[in-house]
Amino acid sequence: MMTNPAGRITQGQFSFLPDLTDAEITLQIEYGLNRGYAWSVEYTDDPHPRNTYWELFGMPMFDLKDAAGVLMELQNCRKTFPNHYIRLIAFDSTRGVESIGMSFIVNRPKVEPGFQLERQESVSRTLRYTTRGYAANAPEGERYGN
Amino acid sequence: MNQTVEPGILKDATDITAMDAKKRYSAGVLKYRQMGYWQPDYQPKETDLICLFRITPQDGVDPVEAAAAVAGESSTATWTVVWTDRLTACDSYRAKAYKVEAVPGSPGQVFAWIAYDLILFEEGSIANLTASVIGNVFGFKPLKALRLEDMRIPVAYVKTFKGPPTGLVVERERLDKFGRPLLGATTKPKLGLSGRNYGRVIYEGLKGGLDFMKDDENINSQPFMHWRDRYLYVMDAVNKAAAATGEVKGSYLNVTAATMEDMYERAEFAKQLGSVIIMIDLVIGYTAIQSISNWARRNDMILHLHRAGHGTYTRQKTHGVSFRVIAKWMRLAGVDHIHAGTIVGKLEGDPLTTQGYYNICRDAHTRQDLPRGVYFDQDWADLKKVLPVASGGIHAGQMHQLIDYLGDDVVLQFGGGTIGHPAGIQAGAVANRVALEAMVKARNEGRDIVKEGPEILARAAQFCTPLKQALDTWKDVTFNYASTDTSDYAVTPAVA
Repeated sequence: MMTNPAGRITQGQFSFLPDLTDAEITLQIEYGLNRGYAWSVEYTDDPHPRNTYWELFGMPMFDLKDAAGVLMELQNCRKTFPNHYIRLIAFDSTRGVESIGMSFIVNRPKVEPGFQLERQESVSRTLRYTTRGYAANAPEGERYGN
Repeated sequence: MNQTVEPGILKDATDITAMDAKKRYSAGVLKYRQMGYWQPDYQPKETDLICLFRITPQDGVDPVEAAAAVAGESSTATWTVVWTDRLTACDSYRAKAYKVEAVPGSPGQVFAWIAYDLILFEEGSIANLTASVIGNVFGFKPLKALRLEDMRIPVAYVKTFKGPPTGLVVERERLDKFGRPLLGATTKPKLGLSGRNYGRVIYEGLKGGLDFMKDDENINSQPFMHWRDRYLYVMDAVNKAAAATGEVKGSYLNVTAATMEDMYERAEFAKQLGSVIIMIDLVIGYTAIQSISNWARRNDMILHLHRAGHGTYTRQKTHGVSFRVIAKWMRLAGVDHIHAGTIVGKLEGDPLTTQGYYNICRDAHTRQDLPRGVYFDQDWADLKKVLPVASGGIHAGQMHQLIDYLGDDVVLQFGGGTIGHPAGIQAGAVANRVALEAMVKARNEGRDIVKEGPEILARAAQFCTPLKQALDTWKDVTFNYASTDTSDYAVTPAVA
């Protein structure tokens, strides 16, 4: 059980708000589409803060301009990975940006055990820190009781 | 020649174009305009650097002569004619004032546009650039006051600078934070906390939901807290909060110190402890900034600049250097963050003028925008972007105004507005994070956050007690004072 005020992993744009409904997610998707972003659905069972590459649930939807289509991909992903972390990511290909414009979590495991901080004592009172997910020791696909 | 008049004032009004070289370079004092520093027909080259000065001449000094004098004193001129000019291609080295206009609504002041040839400046050196254009001229007696309002930096010169070591796009990628402003807080009280107590504030703020905590400008290494102590406790707090939230967290470790050697030592220790970011103060000087920027670039470190001291020369409209120029220099010199005003907070900041600073930090190509005090188009030639920081007297109840004025690419820093929360620092952080996320979400949904902001916050406060407490505590706090630094931009006929 994570003890931060949100009680869960707080990555993404909206982790401190009540879970977005599909209608609310649709509005966010539309906002991104209006800005010319391409949406992508990603999932993982390794939400380590420095795990950059979550798995792609299919290719980024560069040619999909319909929010309902993006939402359908998300629903497919939820069906396939109901107990994984899933996020929607919007890519902005504007010159000088060429990075991510939006990113928010839209599915979580029922239980989020969080992370352990390991400290290795070193010289002159310095410490080396390692962050390890409590669920990470189990093999992929078995970490959150799937 | 009359040798007793003040420099630049001569009875004979002969124009340089009518003068032969022998006469031009004979010993004595000429008007600056006669020495070639006033060229009303001059067409600035793409490679010229252009300065816009606001000049307040002494009574009786002709504005055109004043502009020519500024051009002269910021390039090759001295108060008298020197024959050694004739050993050089001196026409290239003279800055050329080419336009003078009355400042709208400000009698006795003129805007002067002055062009400088690229050869005048050493590549990649803010120290050299500034030694030229603001080196001597600001104390020049025939002027009551002088202000550098804006500067067009030619692409050819921009490309000699490396710019921000990280840049706002890569910073977001490293931090894994997109589509919303970043949230920070400055640790308070500024002075007196021991390292151990200091780290407590860091931990509470970050675990509560902030992305960054920050040393204040005057936290260096005083008797109450040695810098190593601070770094050790702060990094324990940062790592503990990252594990508690699953998010990347940071705290700006101020490496400002007496010497570059001290600064490098502190920066190395910050790196060794795994910090993602270090911090410097503007008072360390341009050369030190460029040096630490190189270090940051080599070591994948985000570099935060606190603009400590800038108000001494940026705030008064008639004299000094506009902050928009400082912002340009800092983007060239290479910092990743710069404090650029809040508009609604406790420190100076006209809304449009402040937005002008933000655009200079973040644009790929800044366009002339007179209401925002931006006088020139500025092509940044793909130089990385600086993330502006809004800090000083802001609180969660202003979230809609902050996002409306400042956009997403900004660090919103609530120091008192986090640490002063009646239910504690974590609660203060939660209030700010919930207010931020609720407002971004509402804006993206198409709501008019300027109008509906208070209602959006009140609704979010229904599920978030800390936000409700914050709104109740600070609901009436505003800092509505007239700004001293606003833009003067009405189009008026030229006086010359």
